[in-house]
Amino acid sequence: MEPIRSLESRTVVLPFTNIDTDQIIPARFLTTTTKEGLGQRAFADWRYDASGAPRADFVLNKPEAQGCAILVAGRNFGCGSSREHAPWALLDFGFRAVISTEIADIFRNNSLKNGLLPVVIDEDSHRWLLENPGANVRIDLETCTVHLPTGASVKFPVEGFARYCLLNGIDELGFLLQKNDAIARYEQAHA
Amino acid sequence: MTAKTLFEKVWEQHEVVPETTDTPAVLYIDLHLVHEVTSPQAFSLLRSKGLKVRRTDRTLATMDHSTPTDPDEVFGRVPIKVESAARQVKALESNCREFGIELLGLDSDQRGIVHVIGPELGATQPGKTIVCGDSHTATHGAFGALAFGIGTTEVGHVLATQCLLQRRPKTLAINVHGRLQEGVTAKDLILAIIGKIGVSGGTGHVIEYRGSAIEALSMDERMTVCNMSIEAGARAGMIAPDETTYRYLKGRRFAPQDADWDRAVERWQTLRTDPGAQFDREVDIDASTLEPMITYGTHPGMVVPISGAVPNPANDPVHAKSLAYMGFSGGERLEGKPINVVFIGSCTNARLSDLELAARVIKGRKVASGVRMLVVPGSQQVKREAEALGLAKVFTDAGAEWRESGCSMCIGMNGDIVAKGEYAVSTSNRNFEGRQGTGARTLLASPATAAAAAVTGKVTDPREFLSELKSVVHS
Repeated sequence: MEPIRSLESRTVVLPFTNIDTDQIIPARFLTTTTKEGLGQRAFADWRYDASGAPRADFVLNKPEAQGCAILVAGRNFGCGSSREHAPWALLDFGFRAVISTEIADIFRNNSLKNGLLPVVIDEDSHRWLLENPGANVRIDLETCTVHLPTGASVKFPVEGFARYCLLNGIDELGFLLQKNDAIARYEQAHA
Repeated sequence: MTAKTLFEKVWEQHEVVPETTDTPAVLYIDLHLVHEVTSPQAFSLLRSKGLKVRRTDRTLATMDHSTPTDPDEVFGRVPIKVESAARQVKALESNCREFGIELLGLDSDQRGIVHVIGPELGATQPGKTIVCGDSHTATHGAFGALAFGIGTTEVGHVLATQCLLQRRPKTLAINVHGRLQEGVTAKDLILAIIGKIGVSGGTGHVIEYRGSAIEALSMDERMTVCNMSIEAGARAGMIAPDETTYRYLKGRRFAPQDADWDRAVERWQTLRTDPGAQFDREVDIDASTLEPMITYGTHPGMVVPISGAVPNPANDPVHAKSLAYMGFSGGERLEGKPINVVFIGSCTNARLSDLELAARVIKGRKVASGVRMLVVPGSQQVKREAEALGLAKVFTDAGAEWRESGCSMCIGMNGDIVAKGEYAVSTSNRNFEGRQGTGARTLLASPATAAAAAVTGKVTDPREFLSELKSVVHS
């Protein structure tokens, strides 16, 4: 995984609460055996009409959304299933961070393991972002701060070990494999 | 000794390395359940790193999500219609062969929905840590196990190391007092709980369901409750094991035998929250006041008693968007609304007692004209038992379709879908937009409510049918 220290981008806003993983990537696209190409299916039922043509009025289809790496969404983003295809689809679309006031547990875990930053901020800052789509925002993972174009900076929490892994491009599996002796001892004691 | 909750006891027994401020705990996993949809990329990861599966004896695979329920497709008389699903089935077969994992595949008489077969085979046991690449893994918590859903990267971690890196979650006690009334089921209870605490009310927490109403539930019913913990945002839900749990497990394939059984029960009896143990939060519910529940919107927290009306909050554009999707208006009553499809199935409500309850309502009646009713048993064992008891015939005589086991119409990725704009009363767990098919409109309810809707073709209070039946029995 590539290290992530900070990222800067305009935002795309989906101002809905409880956006579930079935919206992020509908189940019929989960019959894949790889991670590739899911970006074109991201939000498929909101993005395309029955004939498969892009809906011009959906925000991700608008010209100004292209190249945006930060998604701002309503509270409880990523609720529902454990499908890791959800962060894979968002990353493949081009997103590198999701900002909300609350992010569902399994989605947050899955995102951290793939380099998609789940950023939870306070309601006032979030409201400002909802009201100002396309704002240029900088997210600094080293200081755990979101910098708004107003000059305001907002702290966000990230689990320390996940942050360390992201900053250094470290794979958690490597860390677990190093615990082999402790795991073997546990297995012996509990055989 | 400090008083501990059930969760704390199970958690601490599985810490290979306890958490510190810098690192999460290394948590040992006793049982890893694997299915075809969330595992292929994990096996690819192992292959690319030259890793083996650490404990094949703690890993059990089956196929359920993308598999067909049409017997001809299941048993290979015709090809699986969804080609990508057929590839996924093949991939799991070859991955399990390559890595030495037991697979209960399409031809196995022990196959079924992963959360139905784990308990059915006795692999699910009190005090175990259980994971699966599926958010409804919480189901197994009904046995006093700590069971939660994980993503595919973590599936790879468990395959390779039998461990996960986890931060300790908070605890939430849901105390359910009183007793459920006749015709009000475990499904209605969990829908009411989600309605009360909200779809993110349990985020960051492990729930323990406690109290007299919970103790009175059968194992099937406890599984229904724990199953939908994730619908309240909680990764896991637990119920302390008791005599009901032990009675269910005894004699099952993976359950301890003979002297091991007695030792296991002795150990399991310690798996209770100690008096005075503290939860981070507590919520109280009175079961005796509950009615059958039904959802009206596009998440499971959008739920009302069946006699109730669709809420009509002012200035709530997300609520309005949801109602527009459902074709409902604020203030209107749900009872009497015409429906198109009834689905009885899923890891929430496709065990034998669920089918028995639905059959009690349907028996001697017909599925209403123009309504499609699909009944999909949770496992091949449930299917055989339901056939032996004559339940399958009750359904087919009424005009319902009777299928092979699988996730089927709950997830709509296997050929079983609800058409755009149609209303389905479903015993499954999610009413998200498009969950049962693009444009499908899902109303979540109990097997009794779903069966009653099949008979009348409308949203119907099932208690009319159940009480009628009761009076026949008593006369």
